Amino acid sequence: MTSTTDQVAGLDDLAATTLLRFATAGSVDDGKSTLVGRLLHDSKSVLTDQMEAVEAVSAQRGQEAPDLALLTDGLRAEREQGITIDVAYRYFATARRRFILADTPGHVQYTRNMVTGASTADLAVVLVDARNGVIEQTRRHAAVAALLRVPHVVLAVNKMDLVGYQESVFAAIAEEFTAYASDLGVPEITAIPISALAGDNVVEPSANMDWYGGPTVLEHLETVPVSHDLTACPARFPVQYVIRPQSAEHPDYRGYAGQIASGVLRVGEAVTVLPSGRTSVIEGIDALGESVDIAWAPQSVTVRLKDDIDISRGDLIAPSANAPATTQDVVATVCHVADQPLSVGARVLIKHTTRTVKAIVKEIPSRLTLDDLSQHPEPGQLVANDIGLVVVRTAEPLALDAYADSRRTGSFLLIDPADGTTLAAGMAGESFASKAETTVQPDDEGWDF
Amino acid sequence: MTTTVAHVHGETDAPYALSHLDALESEAVHIFREVAGEFEKPVILFSGGKDSIVMLHLALKAFAPAPVPFALLHVDTGHNFPEVLEYRDRTVAEHGLRLHVASVQDYIDAGKLRERPDGTRNPLQTVPLTEAIQQLKFDAVFGGGRRDEEKARAKERVFSLRDEFSQWDPRRQRPELWQLYNGRHAPGEHVRVFPLSNWTELDVWQYIAREGIELPEIYFAHEREVFKRNGMWLTAGEWGGPKESETPETRLIRYRTVGDMSCTGAVDSDAVTLDAVIAEIAVSRLTERGATRADDKMSEAAMEDRKREGYF
Repeated sequence: MTSTTDQVAGLDDLAATTLLRFATAGSVDDGKSTLVGRLLHDSKSVLTDQMEAVEAVSAQRGQEAPDLALLTDGLRAEREQGITIDVAYRYFATARRRFILADTPGHVQYTRNMVTGASTADLAVVLVDARNGVIEQTRRHAAVAALLRVPHVVLAVNKMDLVGYQESVFAAIAEEFTAYASDLGVPEITAIPISALAGDNVVEPSANMDWYGGPTVLEHLETVPVSHDLTACPARFPVQYVIRPQSAEHPDYRGYAGQIASGVLRVGEAVTVLPSGRTSVIEGIDALGESVDIAWAPQSVTVRLKDDIDISRGDLIAPSANAPATTQDVVATVCHVADQPLSVGARVLIKHTTRTVKAIVKEIPSRLTLDDLSQHPEPGQLVANDIGLVVVRTAEPLALDAYADSRRTGSFLLIDPADGTTLAAGMAGESFASKAETTVQPDDEGWDF
Repeated sequence: MTTTVAHVHGETDAPYALSHLDALESEAVHIFREVAGEFEKPVILFSGGKDSIVMLHLALKAFAPAPVPFALLHVDTGHNFPEVLEYRDRTVAEHGLRLHVASVQDYIDAGKLRERPDGTRNPLQTVPLTEAIQQLKFDAVFGGGRRDEEKARAKERVFSLRDEFSQWDPRRQRPELWQLYNGRHAPGEHVRVFPLSNWTELDVWQYIAREGIELPEIYFAHEREVFKRNGMWLTAGEWGGPKESETPETRLIRYRTVGDMSCTGAVDSDAVTLDAVIAEIAVSRLTERGATRADDKMSEAAMEDRKREGYF
């Protein structure tokens, strides 16, 4: 069990922890702030001076109890209006793991904010109110998690104290959600009955729900596997920068610096450079000062090749045995994140890994309604928070994977060339989610106890 | 062929897991290289404090064996700790770096800035900083800011677009998706870049310990003549303290942050080694800034307001 005294571990123990990035999603009154507050508070991440500041402001406003939302609402406008404007990032730790929490607002501009938070998340926590069950907003959150291919989803059924801690209430919600989310292609769903306010199953196991034998929220966060999806994929190495010291000490050093986007690279491996298609063999890998024979995502390394071939920023190095195809015709699902609309015929920039090229929006075949997952054909344009299918023609070939295969090399930004605004978040590939393929009817064991 | 499996420490989930420090290091290096690849004239803000020292260390690793392709910029308040200035100059010389200094004292001497009644020079840094960025035409400016420092900083992007007045508008930030940083900017605008966004104070100290990075000695416990002002121990000296009503005394202290002497408080400490410092921070019930920064206490939104004006 985690306790605050575990914090004072030796230096070696502290360095041995791994990092989990997760996002929270919930509607206005689902108790997201309380859950976040409790996770932060019980993991010693709210310190005395921060808590004193929250207490002082709460008292000044005449509130009886400290308003934990003030811990997370950092901007003047947010405090004035009592709303959360934008994604914020929180940090906390236990003896087992470090956490980066993308705290995404539930009620304003929800889609783009949750897309932003989910884009880097290994796990998403979707909150529902036990009294209301799965509502439209819950389905929206599940759809965004599926769209963004977040590997793990936790359904936190909150306010169990207000439904008498009944197993049947939880089981019905968990079953409905699991069926819906599995249908969307969410690979792993864990349902946990909690009361964020009373502290049931958040950090400590609940004495009120002895019928539940699964992990607490924190226990699950501490033990869920991370990064396995990155290294199981074929290797992808976008070249960021060419390192050529040209010094007396290193007259011939020519290294390709980058962060391994997916998979594993090995010295001696035959590789192909895209889009040129030239081939060579990995001669050496320098992992930030240490020469290694093997390196994996998401390590930042410098790769040296046997042959002196023309490689620059924006190129992609991949194993010759498993290199992606290149294309100038990109079919993708995009989430529109800007206030200005995206229309058919728009001239844009597409930023994919380390490569930015000109492009034109040829078609917008459909716009998706997240509430019922219905498709509206030929909407003509996408506006803020819309999700739609687009067809984009690029000026130069891109080595693009399907987003379903690689979140890193299947994702891109559309950028307005006139003012640099990020217009849309793109995910390459035809389908919104593997809805057609996954028709398995989940049974009673469909959620993870 | 022998297989060298580097960077796997202790309990991990999979054969190819990274420790949290390796993951943070890898991400920060990626950010440094993105900026090197996309901008014309980046610069690293370097104060001689632990965060900027870690940034420089990461930049050295990111481009090795080539030199760091950026210059350094120090905003000298005129009230800096001599130990830190000595460290700064020694580091610059050791790595063959270029250092630009923007001096608050020069601005005061020229009548372009006025000393504040409370003697604090930290807010005065904004004008020399933003003018140096404009005059020297930097288009990307690395800062050591971390999102765990302060609630306004928790809202800051890794790439933060600033207008020609260096202003930050929290309502007009670009969403940051995946690891795809959008650094596009118009002439005259620049981007502030925060490679340590996702690090906490403890991460920084653990990394310093792991990498064996040297720090200015004021970070470790030593005896110093200090006096109490607004509940904080400030260093006595020519910068303007103590006043007649304030009594200097010699105490065993160390600094948790390094900044202007007029607003950076010391903490009582007997931690003389990195391990002792880390143990001390791990049990501290005060945040770094809450414990030692007077300027953040000026109002509830002090940091946000300064950042809007162009502060880092």
